[in-house]
Amino acid sequence: MATSKKQVDNGVNVEALLGARKALTEAPEGAKFQWRATCKWVYGTHSRSSIHGYFGLGEEHKHKTEFTFEADHPEVFASEDKGAAPVEMVLCGLASCLTAGVAAVAQHREIQLRSVSATLEAGMDIQGILGIDSDVRNGFDGIKVTYKIDADATPDEIKAVVAQSQKRSAVYDIIANPTNITVEVS
Amino acid sequence: MRTTTLIIGAGQAGLAMSRCLTDRSIDHVVLERGEVANSWKTERWDSLRLLTPNWQSRLPGFGYEGDDPDGYRTMPETIAFLERYAEVVAAPVRTNTRVKSVRQSDDGYQVVTDQGDWQCQAVVLATGACNIATVPALAQAVPAAINTLTAMQYRNPEQIEKGGVLVVGASATGTQIADEIHRSGRPTTLAVGEHVRAPRVYRGRDIEWWMDAAGVLDDRYDEVDDIARARRVPSLQLAGSVERRTIDLNSLTAIGVKLIGRLAHVSLGDGKAQFSGSLRNQCALADLKMNRLLDRIDEWATENGLDDQVEPSHRFEPTEVEASPPLGLDLNSGEIRTIIWATGFRPDYSWLDVPVLDRKGRIRHDGGVVESPGMYLMGIPFLRRRKSSLIDGAGDDARDLSAHLASYLHRAGRS
Repeated sequence: MATSKKQVDNGVNVEALLGARKALTEAPEGAKFQWRATCKWVYGTHSRSSIHGYFGLGEEHKHKTEFTFEADHPEVFASEDKGAAPVEMVLCGLASCLTAGVAAVAQHREIQLRSVSATLEAGMDIQGILGIDSDVRNGFDGIKVTYKIDADATPDEIKAVVAQSQKRSAVYDIIANPTNITVEVS
Repeated sequence: MRTTTLIIGAGQAGLAMSRCLTDRSIDHVVLERGEVANSWKTERWDSLRLLTPNWQSRLPGFGYEGDDPDGYRTMPETIAFLERYAEVVAAPVRTNTRVKSVRQSDDGYQVVTDQGDWQCQAVVLATGACNIATVPALAQAVPAAINTLTAMQYRNPEQIEKGGVLVVGASATGTQIADEIHRSGRPTTLAVGEHVRAPRVYRGRDIEWWMDAAGVLDDRYDEVDDIARARRVPSLQLAGSVERRTIDLNSLTAIGVKLIGRLAHVSLGDGKAQFSGSLRNQCALADLKMNRLLDRIDEWATENGLDDQVEPSHRFEPTEVEASPPLGLDLNSGEIRTIIWATGFRPDYSWLDVPVLDRKGRIRHDGGVVESPGMYLMGIPFLRRRKSSLIDGAGDDARDLSAHLASYLHRAGRS
C-alpha cells in the first residue's frame, strides 16, 4: 500500500477503526456486542420495529435517537402496504452493510469514491410461504447485488474493494451462513 | 547433559540453523523426535511432490545437484535430500529423542526428553508449522456412518471406500487430494473457503521462479502491510507434477469435481450439511489476488527487460462457478461415503512450558525472536519473509536468527 498521504475522503474514520481493532485485539472481551430490536404489532400485517439500545465495548449504549421502521406487505398479499415487506428490509440490511464496507475499504486503500450505487434483486417462489409445495424454501432462491461505482481506481481495484467488503460484511455472513435462532414466548 | 544451544527438530529449518551455528562455532545439539525429515517421512500422502522446483531448495552450504532443476521432488527424494544435507553439514542430530518439556531455568532452558534432560542457554524451536491437522468443531456432528480422515492420515485413494467423497478445504492440499481421488473414480465434491489461486507456469516460467526473481518471496515481515493477516494466508493452490500441471478450481471442474461453498454447519442427528453461499466471492477474491501477483510480475519483467525473452503477458480465465451451487448435502443419503479434512495444519506446542503463547496458542515473536530471551522460532509461515515456510526460506532465516542468537550469547556471557 502506498504510504504517501493522498487526500482521500470518503468520510470514514479509518484511523479510529484501526485503533479499535488494535485495542480489541488486546482486550477481546470488549469486542462482544449485542444488537437489539423491538417490534409491536399494529394491525393486520403491519408492524412497527424500534431500534435504540445496544451493548458493546463492555457497556450499554443508546443510538442518538430511537429509530422506527414500519413493515407491512403489499396489496397483492391483500395487505395495506404501510411499509416495506420484511424481506425487502433484509435486502436493505445487506445493501447498507456492503456499501458501508465499500466506503471503509476504499478509504483504507486510499481510493476516492465519487458515487456508489447498488441494485439488489432477490428471487422468491412464494409457493414456499404459502405452503403449496414443501420442496420450495420460504426464503430467497438467491440474491443478486449489482454495484455501479465511480472512483479514482482501476476496474480491478474497484472489484477488489467490493470483494473485500463482502468478506468483512456481517449481514453477508448472516445471509450466506446458517445462524441458530431461538424464539421463546414469555 | 549440557550444550550451549538446543535445536528442536531436524527438518530443513533445524538443519539450516545447525549449519549456521557450526559456522559461528556455537556448540549445539539437534533433537529429533523421529529421524531426519520426520514429518516428510511419516505425515505426507504417497503421490505428493514438493510444490517448489528442485533448484529452489537452496540451503546454507548445499543445493540441488541433479540434472532436473525444474522438476519437483517426490517425498522419498525430499527425504534423501534432507538426509544428505544433515550429513554434509555434519549436524549433531540426536534422533528418536522426543522433547517432553521446555522450561526456563536459572541460566537458560531446561529441556526434558525421553532420552534424558538437557540444560542450554538458547533454544531454537524448529518443529514446523504442520504438526496437527486442524479439524473444524462441526466434525463432531458428522454421522458415524461416514468415514472421516485428515489430510495427514490420507495416503492414496485405495485407502478410501468406493463412493462419493467430500474434501473440505481448497488450498494446495485439498485441491491435490480432490484431483487424485476424483480421478480414481470416486465422485468428489470440494468445499471451497478462502484460498489463494496461482498458476504453476506463467509466461513460460515456473510461478516460483517469478516470485523468487521479482522479490515477492523476499517480502519482509516488518515491511508488509498487515503481518498478522499475511501469516494467516493459506498456501498457494499449487501442485508439483512431472507435467507441471496447474491444479485449480477450473481444472477440477473440468474433470468433474463439484465445487461447493465453505462447509458452514452440520446438524447433529439428521446429518444435514450446510454450505456457505459465499463461493462466488471466495473465487472472485482469489482471482483478483492472483491477478495482482501477475501484475507485480509483469511490472518486474518490464523493468528488468525480460519482456522479449519470455512469453507475452496474459490473464487466466476467471474461476467458473455454477449459477446456483448447492447449499446443502444430506450426509445420510449415501451420496458421500468419506469426508477428508484438508482444513489446514497447526503447530503443536503442548511441550512448551514457557509463557510465550498468545490466546490463540501462537508463539509471540518478532521475526522469530521469541519474547523469552534466548528462544528462537523457525519454519512457520511468514516468520521473517514470505518464503519462511519453504525449504528455500530456511537459509536466510537461519542466517538472521543465528546472528541474533550469537549476539545474545555474547551479551549473556559478559553479564
